[in-house]
Amino acid sequence: MVENRPFLTVLRHVVLLAGVAIVLFPVWVAFVASTHPQPTLLSGVAPLWPGDRLVENYSQLLSAGMAQAGGTPVGLMLFNSFVMALLIATGKIAVSLISAFAIVYFRFPFRMIAFWIIFLTLMLPVEVRILPTFEVVADLGMLNSYAGLTIPLIASATATFLFRQFYLTVPDQLAEAARMDGAGPMRFFFDILVPLSRTNIAAIFVIMFLFGWNQYLWPLLVTTDESFTTIVMGIYRMVNVSDEQPQWHLVMATATLALLPPVAVVLVMQRLFVKGLVETEK
Amino acid sequence: MHKKVTFRGFALPVALLLPQLVVTAIFFLWPAGQALYQSVLRQDAFGLRTTYVGLANFERLFSDPLYLNSFQVTVVFSLAVTFLGLAIALLLATMADRVIKGASGYKTLLIMPYAVAPAVAGVLWWFLFNPSIGLFAHTLRALGIDWNHLLNGDQALILVVIAAVWKQISYNFLFFLAGLQAIPRSLVEAAAIDGAGPMKRFWTIVFPLLSPTAFFLLVVNVTYAFFDTFQIIHATTSGGPGQSTTILVYKVYSDGFVGLDLGSSAAQSVVLMAIVIVLTFVQFRYIERRVQY
Repeated sequence: MVENRPFLTVLRHVVLLAGVAIVLFPVWVAFVASTHPQPTLLSGVAPLWPGDRLVENYSQLLSAGMAQAGGTPVGLMLFNSFVMALLIATGKIAVSLISAFAIVYFRFPFRMIAFWIIFLTLMLPVEVRILPTFEVVADLGMLNSYAGLTIPLIASATATFLFRQFYLTVPDQLAEAARMDGAGPMRFFFDILVPLSRTNIAAIFVIMFLFGWNQYLWPLLVTTDESFTTIVMGIYRMVNVSDEQPQWHLVMATATLALLPPVAVVLVMQRLFVKGLVETEK
Repeated sequence: MHKKVTFRGFALPVALLLPQLVVTAIFFLWPAGQALYQSVLRQDAFGLRTTYVGLANFERLFSDPLYLNSFQVTVVFSLAVTFLGLAIALLLATMADRVIKGASGYKTLLIMPYAVAPAVAGVLWWFLFNPSIGLFAHTLRALGIDWNHLLNGDQALILVVIAAVWKQISYNFLFFLAGLQAIPRSLVEAAAIDGAGPMKRFWTIVFPLLSPTAFFLLVVNVTYAFFDTFQIIHATTSGGPGQSTTILVYKVYSDGFVGLDLGSSAAQSVVLMAIVIVLTFVQFRYIERRVQY
C-alpha cells in the first residue's frame, strides 16, 4: 500500500462488491426461477427468493426432459456434453503435443510450411466458413455422430503454440543426454517431455474442456437426431417455442445445469486455468 | 526460436504432424477454399446450374442495403462491447489490485462468467429483461421506460451488448490484473512521494505501462464481438427485430442456412475471413514485438 487512505479502501470494496453483484445476479435469478412452479413465474415479476419446487423441477428435467423441446432428457444432454468436451479436450491435447514435438525437435523440409498451415487455422473460426464445413462433414457421413461433433474441432493452433513455446524453454541438455544414452526421439518424448509438460497439459485441458462444453452452433448444425443434443444447444430448442411462453422454470433449470460443470471446473482448477489462459494468449 | 539439439529423420516428424495436418486440410482449408470458389459462382433458382460470375456476388453484396446495414450494426455492436467490456474490467482490476482483504475471493467470483457459454449468458439476460415477467423490464417500466426488446430494435441491441459484455468482463479482468501486478511498485511509490494523487498516478504511470495489455485486449475483444457473440444473438434475438441485431457473422449463417443463397453467403464468408486475417496479423505483429523487447 502506497499510502493509507481509508476512504479509498472503502471505495475499492464498494466497486468490487458491485462488480461481483453484477456478475452473480443473473445466475442467482436463474437458479431462483428454477425452483418455482410455472404459474408463479408467469403471474408477475420473477421472484428473488427460492421456492419449494427444486427437487420436482430438476428431477422432471433430468429424467423426462421438456415436452416442447422434444422430450429429450436433460440427463442425456449432460452426458453428451461431457463426452463432447472430454473428447475435444483430450483430442486437442494429443494432436497438439505431437505436432509441436515434430516442429520443435526435428529439422526437415516443409517444417515451416506445416507450421504456417497450422497457424492458418487460427484465422478461420467455424462461424466464418460454416456452410462449406457443414457440407464436408455431411459428405463424409459424419452427421449425428460423436465423430462429427468432435473431430472437426480437434485441430488447435492455440494448444500447438502453447506446447511449442514450452518445448522451446526445455533445456537442450536434456535432449542431448537422452541422445547420448541412446534414447530415440519417441522415448525422449514419452519419458522426458510429456512428464515435464504435465502442468501445461492440465492448464490447456481446463481451457479446452470449456471450449468443448460451450460449443453451440456446431452441435446445432451437425446433429438433428435428438439423442445427440448437447445441453448448451438444448436450451435454444427450449427457448424458441413458437406459439407460447417458454416454460421458464425448466429453461432456467437447464441453464443452471448447463453452467454448473464448467463453472465448477474453473473454480476448482482456478490457478491452472488462469495460468493456462494468460500464457496461451501471450 | 530454434533448438540446437534436434533429432534426425523425415518419416517420423511427418507422421507426428499428420493428424493435425489432415484435420486442418479437411475441415479448415478445403471449406475455406470452397467458400472462395463459391463466392465467384452463382446458382440459378433451382440449384441446377452454376455459372461463373466473377466478382458480381461481391458487387451485389456491397450494394445491398441489408448487408450495409448489417455492417453498421456490427460496428456499433463491436464498439459498444469492446469499450464497455474493457472499461468495466479495467475499473475492477485497478480496484482489485490494491485490495488486501478478500482479494482472492473477489477474483474467484469475477472470473465465473468466463465459464458460462455465451448462449447461456444470452438466455439469462433475456430472462431478466423479458417484457412480461423480467425483473429489469418491470423496473424500467416503473421508471417510465417502456422496455420491449421484441419490438424495439435499439433495446434488443442494448440487450445483446449487455449479455456480451457480462460474459467478457472476466477475461479482460484477468489480463488487466496480471498487467497491473507486473508494474513495479517502486514507480508508483516514487510518484506518491513526489505528491501525485491516486488519479494522477493512474493516468500518468499505471495506464501508459498498461497500454500493451490494453492493446492486446482490444484486438481480442474486437474478434470476440465479431465472431463469438454469434451464440448470444442466435439464442436470443435471432437477429431481430427486423435486422437490428443481425451482425455480419449472423448474416452469413442466416443467408446460407435459412436463405440458402450460397453465392452471397460464400462472398460474406470471404469478407469475414479477410477481416479475421487483418485482425490476426495485427495481433501477431504485436506479439512478435512484445517478445523481442
